[in-house]
Amino acid sequence: MAHTSDHYYVPHGSHWPIVASVGLTTGVVGAALAFNGANLMVLMVGLAIIAFMMFGWFSTVIKESLGGMYNEQVDRSFRQGMMWFIFSEVMFFAAFFGALFYARVLSVPWLLGVDTGAATHQLLWSGYNEAWPTNGPGDVGGQFETMGAWGIPALNTVLLLTSGVTVTLAHWALKARDQAKTVLWLAATVLLGATFLGFQAYEYIHAYSELNLTLGSGIYGSTFFMLTGFHGFHVTIGTVMLLVITLRAAKGHFTPDRHFAFEGVAWYWHFVDVVWLGLFIFVYVL
Amino acid sequence: MSTAAATHDEHHDHGPAKGLMRWITTTNHKDIGSLYLLFALLMFFIGGAMAMVIRAELFQPGMQLVQPEFFNSMTTVHALVMIFGAVMPAFTGLANWLIPMMIGAPDMALPRLNNFSFWILPFAFTMLLLTFFMDGGAPAGGWTLYPPLVLQLGEAFPFMIFAIHLMGISSIMGSINVIVTILNMRAPGMTLMKMPLFVWTWLITAYLLIATMPVLAGAVTMLLTDKFAGTSFFSAAGGGDPVMFQHIFWFFGHPEVYILILPAFGVVSAIVPTFARKPLFGYSSMVYATASIAFLSFIVWAHHMFTVGMPVVGELFFMYATMMIAVPTGVKVFNWVSTMWKGSMTFETPMLFAIGFIFMFTIGGFSGLMLAIAPADFQYHDTYFVVAHFHYVLVTGAIYSIMAATYYWLPKWTGNMYNETLGKWHFWISTISVNVLFFPQHFLGLAGMPRRIPDYSVQFADWNMVSSIGGFVFGASQLLFAFIVFKTIRGGEKASSQVWEGAKGLEWTLSSPPPYHSFTQAPEVK
Repeated sequence: MAHTSDHYYVPHGSHWPIVASVGLTTGVVGAALAFNGANLMVLMVGLAIIAFMMFGWFSTVIKESLGGMYNEQVDRSFRQGMMWFIFSEVMFFAAFFGALFYARVLSVPWLLGVDTGAATHQLLWSGYNEAWPTNGPGDVGGQFETMGAWGIPALNTVLLLTSGVTVTLAHWALKARDQAKTVLWLAATVLLGATFLGFQAYEYIHAYSELNLTLGSGIYGSTFFMLTGFHGFHVTIGTVMLLVITLRAAKGHFTPDRHFAFEGVAWYWHFVDVVWLGLFIFVYVL
Repeated sequence: MSTAAATHDEHHDHGPAKGLMRWITTTNHKDIGSLYLLFALLMFFIGGAMAMVIRAELFQPGMQLVQPEFFNSMTTVHALVMIFGAVMPAFTGLANWLIPMMIGAPDMALPRLNNFSFWILPFAFTMLLLTFFMDGGAPAGGWTLYPPLVLQLGEAFPFMIFAIHLMGISSIMGSINVIVTILNMRAPGMTLMKMPLFVWTWLITAYLLIATMPVLAGAVTMLLTDKFAGTSFFSAAGGGDPVMFQHIFWFFGHPEVYILILPAFGVVSAIVPTFARKPLFGYSSMVYATASIAFLSFIVWAHHMFTVGMPVVGELFFMYATMMIAVPTGVKVFNWVSTMWKGSMTFETPMLFAIGFIFMFTIGGFSGLMLAIAPADFQYHDTYFVVAHFHYVLVTGAIYSIMAATYYWLPKWTGNMYNETLGKWHFWISTISVNVLFFPQHFLGLAGMPRRIPDYSVQFADWNMVSSIGGFVFGASQLLFAFIVFKTIRGGEKASSQVWEGAKGLEWTLSSPPPYHSFTQAPEVK
């Protein structure tokens, strides 16, 4: 690596942010049009621009990093930025966990006539008497079975926890300058992530085709699929990021004391891991 | 501005690019700050035009000018534009311009992300405003987006949801940048407890934004899936609850209220000591008060929903928690007054706006205390009393602080003094008219006039007419503000580096206008 600059690196004007804005806007306009009944063309164009942008923007940053333009202070900015980004993600999931707790602890009991719900219960849905899991007094989506915790979900828990170990082993190998082991453990982590996703896809198919458990299965289906779905989406992103890091590790981009990209992805992966533990306990087991 | 910046730039490796691309590709905190501020000014006039339509319709009882549906769109989009398009970007613009200069940094910590945060906004608001031309019209269910009403919106629905997502992404990224800049870019010796209060208030504001904007994103995502994907989050038939939306929304919404006012506290805490020529009274108590307000903002949200049908325990908890906010807020007001006590005061335009802020924000604070009393709120809820309350804290609070900040730092930014006589005219016309506009709305609300209604009973006619006249004058007087700002950008009496005799802080050690990169060598802070 070239020598590290003393000055805080302030990049020249960059065209990537405006490409990002255009891509993002095209994407959401496309999604909105699709919700209103149009086809997916605009959405796809938007996603393509975003993919192109990410490739370009990250390439620029990697080049600058390898060129020794980032001093320790810049590195710290990236680290802190990533931590706060993960915190924002935590709060995003908090909204959905909040919805789950609110429904289970407050609003479903109220529909059953507890406390302030007595009048509602008597006047509107006096026959309603099923506690959690429920699809509501309207039996929205029809009868369904819930997903058991101790089959695939338990297996997925083991997979993700193991992947947390493998990514740490990769980190140790990286610090010990053992490139072959770093790549090996990273590849193992990617594989575990991909297997998790495969199992979850299987679980969704099982839910839709055999349990009649769908996104439309009342509040149970809503919270189940939105929580596990957003989690699965984050695992997908995490797996792609891990894949990129694996390739970069194979190219020898990281040194024992300078590998923010690796650590950022590892933090993200642990975050996804912790969210899953919350899901496993509150969505599947309890 | 550009020529001045360029001439100050010779000892740096690169100056601003030329032409339009400078503004599109810029990574410079001052350029981006200017973009935010000009965007906010534009949105202020667009949102203001909607307010004029509202006041024109309410000038007399009966349906006069617009369709009721359009009137509802006016109140809804006025709020969204003013909150997310005017006040928040204006504060972010101030943060961009000032924080690096105040803490002795060369720029913001993540300059490209900074550009991205800004350039999302014009797209988001174009999308939001284009909903006026869609089948079913623009959002009309109120800015709080309560289901099931909001789900009746037509083609505009997904566009509105995604516009909010974009604004959220912009705010989160902007806030990450602010926090990282403050925590990582301070000059040696600039310890946390030496930071100017504007920096402190923004640090805490940014934390609130990162904690709550994702929650709003979650809430509107649930609305989206309830409408299009068959989920039942807010439908009781499916076991969900429309009230749940209100809880999630206000978990975001109440911290959001402080997001709109904490940077204002920072601005006033900078201006009052300058023109009283005394250091700020109780600096550390100001920091702790700000942090306390931020903490309390997370546990008071349901005071927006006292009439929705909560258990009595909930009503009591949220009532008392809300009243506690008066304590740290009171600390702040007392500290500002104590700063002025026995000071050698002068009353230039920024000081006038700051004092106007202290008076009128306090009026808004007191009506807030009245609203905090749950049993009394059953009477006030959804009346014009609420409208009067939040316009006192937002217009004569947040907006007044932004204007104070503009007059205070504009000579630093442009190198030119604004016209003091015109500034004073702007202050006095605005202050008289804004009270004519909003004070009678307290009476209307206590008498029972509901908010978000295009027509009203004749007993409310007199005060509505008074309020509308105040509104038209206030609206027109803001044209004077825009005129003063653009005139100052174009030229005027040259400002010194110090600008104000009593001003303290690193930004005043830089030339006016400051060099393109603020501090290439970190200054020594004693």
